[in-house]
Amino acid sequence: MKFLSYLINGISLGSVYAIIALGYTMVYGIAKMLNFAHGDVIMVGAYAAFACIMNASLPPYAAVLVAIVVCTVLGVLIETVAYRPLLSAASSLAVLITAIGVSYFLQNVVLLIFGANAKSFQSVVSLPNLKLADGALNISGVTIVTVISCILIMLALTAFISRTKTGQAMLAVSEDKGAAQLMGINVNGTIAVTFAIGSGLAAIAGVLLCSAYPSLSPYTGSMPGIKAFTAAVFGGIGSIPGAFLGGLLLGIIEILAKGYISTELSDAIVFSVLIIILLVKPTGLLGRKMQEKV
Amino acid sequence: MAMLEVKDLNVYYGVIQAIKGVSFSVDEGEVIALIGANGAGKTTILHTVTGLVAPKSGSIIFEGKVITKVPAHKIVSLGMAHVPEGRRVFAQLSVLQNLKMGAFTRKDKDEVEHTLEAVYRRFPRLEERRNQLAGTLSGGEQQMLAMGRALMSKPRIILMDEPSMGLSPILVDEIFDIIRSVSAGGTTVLLVEQNAKKALGIADRAYVLETGTIVKEGVASQLLEDDAIRKAYLGE
Ligand SMILES: Nc1ncnc2c1ncn2[C@@H]1O[C@H](COP(=O)(O)OP(=O)(O)OP(=O)(O)O)[C@@H](O)[C@H]1O
Ligand SMILES: [Mg+2]
Repeated sequence: MKFLSYLINGISLGSVYAIIALGYTMVYGIAKMLNFAHGDVIMVGAYAAFACIMNASLPPYAAVLVAIVVCTVLGVLIETVAYRPLLSAASSLAVLITAIGVSYFLQNVVLLIFGANAKSFQSVVSLPNLKLADGALNISGVTIVTVISCILIMLALTAFISRTKTGQAMLAVSEDKGAAQLMGINVNGTIAVTFAIGSGLAAIAGVLLCSAYPSLSPYTGSMPGIKAFTAAVFGGIGSIPGAFLGGLLLGIIEILAKGYISTELSDAIVFSVLIIILLVKPTGLLGRKMQEKV
Repeated sequence: MAMLEVKDLNVYYGVIQAIKGVSFSVDEGEVIALIGANGAGKTTILHTVTGLVAPKSGSIIFEGKVITKVPAHKIVSLGMAHVPEGRRVFAQLSVLQNLKMGAFTRKDKDEVEHTLEAVYRRFPRLEERRNQLAGTLSGGEQQMLAMGRALMSKPRIILMDEPSMGLSPILVDEIFDIIRSVSAGGTTVLLVEQNAKKALGIADRAYVLETGTIVKEGVASQLLEDDAIRKAYLGE
């Protein structure tokens, strides 16, 4: 029973990682850049929801919607203001350093507005716990909502990419920006949409994460951000199913390591597994070999 | 009035000038060849015409409209398609997905189906392989896909960058037959080639490019007889 409950918690945490990892992997796949500020967008989303619930007394679903809107706009702003001017001209190193700068910027803006003290986040999920096996297995409402959200997001995103023109444009841009433009695809617009989607998902992840682990500070996003990035690499960066799989596995490994080995060592174990996987399969679990251009 | 007119084009990569005051024109219905050695600037000219590279100065006029500053993604819907050097098909997408990308900006869905059928008639091999990933096609098939993809936009002018590159002699003949029939179908063709003999063989007029400058122009059949051209480009 203990194992089962660890597993369920792992899947739940992994679902949050997966939702965050989608943002990393889509932006990497399409804009070919690592958006290291992605983790902080999660944090901003959680603060936006927090402020709506605490200060404006909005109902939880409205708070989530506001958080999504705030993060979507923020994501597009970050892309157009901070990254776009660099994408064509500068080296990828310049973009990376800018991303780190954006990350600190977001943390400090939130620090200024909300202060350094951790806030106690009020869960947006009011579903009762699900008690199975005569109460031996207790699944929280947040866990259920998180896992279902992750599955729905995956399905919706897959359908979006295969069924819509914007989705097809993303595929083309991810392969060859120049050829995509010759097809009539607005590359900058497509990249902006990618940031918008990734950041909107980050808001959802932030709210779900803080509903499960209610302590919210300006640094709340960093560690999950890094873990989700790891998950994206683990699954194969650029691959959407890879982000899903990588996130789930990472969450499960982390919770099992916490439960059976040691809480202090769990992060070390998670990253060790990553290193081993990458040694065996450098492109990640579902990553494909870089196709050589003829 | 020319269908496409390029006037006094100057293009730089950083401080290096790749194109030096190039002017040329393409009339409706013509096949125009642009020939020149490696690094002469042929690809740069095509890239500048379709907006992938911005010129320092000069103007590009297509059907009376100045398109010098029109962004690359707005060119195809004006009726100009570009088959890029090295094919650049979307390797991870299927043949059919690639062809549909060519019609990305078209709103007339039923008409797109007709165009697709026409492309399949022209390239039966693409229909046979429509579900195959483009990256797994042979070089010749990829070239056909790149051309088919461009034709999916129903262009009035098609720019082709070295379509015969890296192909066997039989395939080269096949590709040139296709170019001829595309032209016969009413599409104007601007053809960039290193295979000067073949290109001059199907072109109406031609321009010869050397290190960013047009050094000769004229009726293709006459250029074929030109001693200097024969020496430099036909290996005689
Ligand atoms: N992106 C670039 N950055 C810097 N220089 C470039 C770039 N692209 C081309 N050049 C230079 O510009 C000149 C013209 O190149 P271009 O590719 O237009 O030649 P080309 O005639 O198409 O040659 P080829 O027959 O080999 O395709 C060359 O000297 C080339 O080195
Ligand atoms: Mg070239």
